[in-house]
Amino acid sequence: MKDHAQFAEDLALYAMGALDARNCPEMQAHLGECGECRRELEALRADTALLALSTAGPAPPQRARQRLMQAIAATPTKAQTAPRESGSGWPWPRWLFWAPLAASVLLAAFLVHMSMVHDRQVDALRAELQKERVDHARAQEIIAMMSDPKAEHMTLVAQRTSAQPQVKTIYVRDKGHVLVIANNLPQPPANMTYELWLLPADGKPMPCGTFKTDWRGHGMMLHEGAAGVAAKGFAVTMEPEAGSPWPTSEILLQPGQ
Amino acid sequence: MQSSRQRATYVEESEMRVTGTQAPNVADDSALIARLRIRDQSAMSDLYDRYSSVVYGVALRVLGDTMAAEDVLQEVFLQLWRNPHAFDPGRGRLAPWLAVIARNRAIDLLRKRPPEEEIDEQPIATGINLEDAAAQRMAIEKVRAVLAGLPPEQRRTLEMAFFEGMTHTEIAAKTGDPLGTVKTRIRAALLAVRKAFS
Repeated sequence: MKDHAQFAEDLALYAMGALDARNCPEMQAHLGECGECRRELEALRADTALLALSTAGPAPPQRARQRLMQAIAATPTKAQTAPRESGSGWPWPRWLFWAPLAASVLLAAFLVHMSMVHDRQVDALRAELQKERVDHARAQEIIAMMSDPKAEHMTLVAQRTSAQPQVKTIYVRDKGHVLVIANNLPQPPANMTYELWLLPADGKPMPCGTFKTDWRGHGMMLHEGAAGVAAKGFAVTMEPEAGSPWPTSEILLQPGQ
Repeated sequence: MQSSRQRATYVEESEMRVTGTQAPNVADDSALIARLRIRDQSAMSDLYDRYSSVVYGVALRVLGDTMAAEDVLQEVFLQLWRNPHAFDPGRGRLAPWLAVIARNRAIDLLRKRPPEEEIDEQPIATGINLEDAAAQRMAIEKVRAVLAGLPPEQRRTLEMAFFEGMTHTEIAAKTGDPLGTVKTRIRAALLAVRKAFS
């Protein structure tokens, strides 16, 4: 784990986009919690801006200006500037006539902008709150399942290899909920996933959701299926990324003996 | 991608004069943006006259190709025309902001990365005087002097990172310098620029 000084050392690279992409997530996480580094990053952005500005000088060819103005003229506009008025009895300079209107337009544009910014912030907060609610509900459900005396606990072990890979299932039949906790299970190959199957007392295996494991072999999934199905066990197979309606590969893990 | 193209060095650039930069100031920036927001095409014309040399200069420095630099110039100004709210004149100046956006777009092109649909760069407060053409010219000359005074290997490392868009590991692999040396050179160069204005 990097400390503050190491992140601070890499800030200049990050400011100019020269930090390797694989190091960026941890830098962003650190910036999220370190005000000192955020302030230094702002200062470094200003330094890099001066570098960029130092190249100013060569004037572009005239054709570039024409090309831009043609493109702008071809871009649909939401509002055009006010047309010039021919002479009238207005006794003061012409700009005084238009000044209140221009001020109103500017004020309206500013208010619309502020309203849009506010709406975006409210939407973002709503989305965040909704996500928090969902996460909280899932956490409550997991706690309830783990402490439910009626829950059926099973441990699946690898069929042919050593007993290291392990998948624990906690099944609440009344609700049809099954919680999967995988340990030491290798990450599935690209475009593949693990799929859990409920093995009913009679009938075909029923799909119970897909899950993946991280680089440590850990994975967890909460599947909400049909309530009331009696399970004689669960099994895990490797399936294509989108999952399968029935097992297409050999069983990798099944209830231990 | 651009290795065969002729790249100007900082030393060469330091002999160039700033030709296309007129007299911007905060009020001008705010007024220009306000006019853009009410879709005043003449504001775009003024903006171009004022800042095209900033945008074109950095794009040409990165890409070393006039046609490609013109494409970046066109893209940056069109994006600002489409979304003038991308810039907040209360939080920084247009010149450094446009320079950074142009640099980033040019690097995307150089590295064959897909361009951004929208401008997402935040305004940049440099904290230095860029209020008029003379102040801006002085600032630019000062930065060029700092860069010209850097040891050649440090200047080259900075150029590879900033104007060629290379990561520090790519630079280390290309030059054979240790990663720590690359990091230190880049950081020290940026701090040297900052120190010149403190």
